[in-house]
Amino acid sequence: MRTTSRRAFLAACSVLPFAGSAALAGVAASPTRKLLILVELKGGNDGLNTVVPYADPNYARLRPRLAIDRDQVIKLTPGVGLHPSLEKLVPIWESKRLAIVQGVGYPDPNLSHFRSIEIWDTASKSDEYLEAGWLTRVFAHSPSPAGFAADGVVVGSGGMGPLAGRGARAIALANPEQFLRNARLARGEGESRNAALAHILRVERDVLVSAQRLHAQKTFATAFPAGQFGNGVATTAQLAANAAGIAVIRLTLDGFDTHAYQQARQQNLLRQLGDGLSALRAALIEIGRWDSTVVATYAEFGRRARENHTGGTDHGTANVHLVMGGTVRGGLHGAAPALDRLDGEGNLPFAVDFRAYYATLLERHWHVRARDVLGGQFAPLDFI
Amino acid sequence: MRLFAAGLLLALASAAQAVQEIAPASAGVTSADQKIGFEGARHLLNRAGFGASDSEIRALAPLDRAEAVDRLLAGTRREASLAPPAFVEAAFVPYYRVRQMNAEDRMLALRTRLQQAFELRAWWLHEMAVTPSPLTERMTLFWHNHFATSQQKVRSVPLMYRQNVLLRREALGSFRTLLHAIAKDPAMLVYLDNAGSRREAPNENFAREVMELFTLGESHYGERDVKDAARAFTGWSLDRDTGEFVYRRVWHDHGEKTVLGRTGRLDGAEVLDILLAHPRTAEFVVTKLWREFVSPTPDRAEVARLAAVFRDARYEVKPLLKALFTSGAFWAEAHRASLIKSPVDLVVGTLRTFGIEPMDFRPAAFAVAALGQSLLQPPNVKGWPGGESWIDSSTLLGRRQWIDRVFRGAEAMNASASAQEPMAAPAPREAMRRTLERGMRTYAFEAERWSRGVEHGLADRRAHVTSLVLAMAPANPVPGGDDEESLVRALVADPVYQLR
Repeated sequence: MRTTSRRAFLAACSVLPFAGSAALAGVAASPTRKLLILVELKGGNDGLNTVVPYADPNYARLRPRLAIDRDQVIKLTPGVGLHPSLEKLVPIWESKRLAIVQGVGYPDPNLSHFRSIEIWDTASKSDEYLEAGWLTRVFAHSPSPAGFAADGVVVGSGGMGPLAGRGARAIALANPEQFLRNARLARGEGESRNAALAHILRVERDVLVSAQRLHAQKTFATAFPAGQFGNGVATTAQLAANAAGIAVIRLTLDGFDTHAYQQARQQNLLRQLGDGLSALRAALIEIGRWDSTVVATYAEFGRRARENHTGGTDHGTANVHLVMGGTVRGGLHGAAPALDRLDGEGNLPFAVDFRAYYATLLERHWHVRARDVLGGQFAPLDFI
Repeated sequence: MRLFAAGLLLALASAAQAVQEIAPASAGVTSADQKIGFEGARHLLNRAGFGASDSEIRALAPLDRAEAVDRLLAGTRREASLAPPAFVEAAFVPYYRVRQMNAEDRMLALRTRLQQAFELRAWWLHEMAVTPSPLTERMTLFWHNHFATSQQKVRSVPLMYRQNVLLRREALGSFRTLLHAIAKDPAMLVYLDNAGSRREAPNENFAREVMELFTLGESHYGERDVKDAARAFTGWSLDRDTGEFVYRRVWHDHGEKTVLGRTGRLDGAEVLDILLAHPRTAEFVVTKLWREFVSPTPDRAEVARLAAVFRDARYEVKPLLKALFTSGAFWAEAHRASLIKSPVDLVVGTLRTFGIEPMDFRPAAFAVAALGQSLLQPPNVKGWPGGESWIDSSTLLGRRQWIDRVFRGAEAMNASASAQEPMAAPAPREAMRRTLERGMRTYAFEAERWSRGVEHGLADRRAHVTSLVLAMAPANPVPGGDDEESLVRALVADPVYQLR
């Protein structure tokens, strides 16, 4: 019996691109869940040199070598400016669709990469250990419409992050075309009480469902930057162009753990970030999805206010994050870094709990009750 | 010595007890002094090495658990069996000199480095595939994951090689020796930024990770401990021209520090001894070894027992592994097939199980990287997370594709241009692509040759082949009939083939 179903599946796969788009026509009309794109700045981006408090005298004092030269800063307000590598974000800021959320963190911060990103990924308290990612909990609680290709797609690899654990239909892929080509090798049958085997069978099933509904033929007029992050942005755009919905796409820019030689390294990374986000916006406008999409950054932590001796910065706490989209209320949100109120370790106090940042995305973008997911009441901010 | 023997006796006693506790739950379990049989030998060799051939398994089958484990531990090597690539002996080129080069030379230096890293990975995989001591290589890889260091940041393949030699030398030696040596290892000094750490502004990176990831584990130390430990490691640096460890006295903070409640003018070695004296360290390492060898869910009481064995043995690895491999939990039915193969397990294990002898190991290096385990380049200092995270939709399809190519035999080898490219590497030029494809042709499974090496005259040959290839019964139905080649293809395509 099962052999027959496998054969039927292989037959379906051989005409996959057509089967995919035909099957979608019915569900494409009104995806009820808007698209969220999360960009992880992995390693802990240095927020103080990203959104620069150039007028604060403490900034230059704490960073005699690393402070961005005042003349180089792209000034947005009398106190705040962007790192010069982020020049491509200026038009988004000027159109009032770029929100800068300052001082995002959490109480009792943990300075380990792994523990802190786990806290962010699971939206837990600092001393609480949760199994599933926060987005997994969203989908377990409120599944995406049945016709969606997937709840979430992780572009590239490096873990499922906020989509880890059971309860979400999430897939990881580096390249949609290759994914569809290889999907013919999946079977998606069976159950098991062996946890490891059950995991593999579940991944197979998710692959099959997504492969039957995804396509990757859109040709964009938008030019995407070269490099790994640029490729990730192009893949994200390709996925966003699918008629079958996807609720969330996560992509990653890695390398922000700048303990040494920060200046050149962060400059390069922020260039990739700014150029990538700018291309992403252009692509979303091109496919008519800018108004139904929110793009938001996150990271495990910010970096220490005072520079270290090796031309870098050590692990810190509160950080700045960027949000853009057609419904985003641009401008400064949260609170400017309190460089005059560093704690005993030399770290910044936080002003916005990261779960309030998430609550804003959940309630204002998806109209999901954040409380059910975040295990507490966190008032949304006004950036959406 | 007597302490050690007492610890071992204790270990064996509680192992026997553990067996008794587990036995009622799973009837067919053999007790400790019975022969381990084919299934048992397969289990031991697949867990302690990378796959195993029919004849290797049959050689261990008539032994009991203790005999089999003793034999496994007796013949372990401390050096690789293959000679390393010639370039590892070449003069160290400091990165600051590369930075001074003109753009063209710098590009050339970068290309050379990436090329050498690729060759070193291929060399290591080759060693794993042919070594008479697979446990040595598995433990070398375990320590590479534990003391994760990436050539991407170290930017010197000879330094990565020196670290690999150290990890192998102490793979089954002393964790104490290894920890002290790794703290002074040039690649590690670069990777965790200690090389430039001086008293005016200590760099906390190494001090934090040595506690969180190498010894105690998270939440067993405070920020104060990190800061003071960082001061203790100031001055542990590199000679920038030779790439050798050097202690820079003037950079060292000679003041008083407090780490885990011990106060004094501590230096780095004393901090390491404080960490080794903490009971959490043995538990932390044993927990990791449990996940490597036994199951994804460590048993607290057993971990505590094994940690005591480890401490009593003064952090010698072999007595610990002996206790682990003879424990009831290691042999429990419930733990068979409970671990997901890493990409290295899959690729090297397939080669060893099916007697495939590639001419070139660069395609293997390419494959494991595409599947998420680029050797010498772990994703971060925590290493590869492993377990279920090895398998997501992208890597599962990649695994199937690789298996498909190997087992469809020679005709498939010529057809497909590989779509698997590790994302971090630069696009290989056409010449390299052709080299890889030529090399990949030597990975073709030769069904007839392999069949001849599998024991003949058994009543149920299909069952024998199945238990050789899979750690438990297949999840999908396998085709009937006498065609052994299609049986093997069905077994390696089964989801259970991803388990060990």
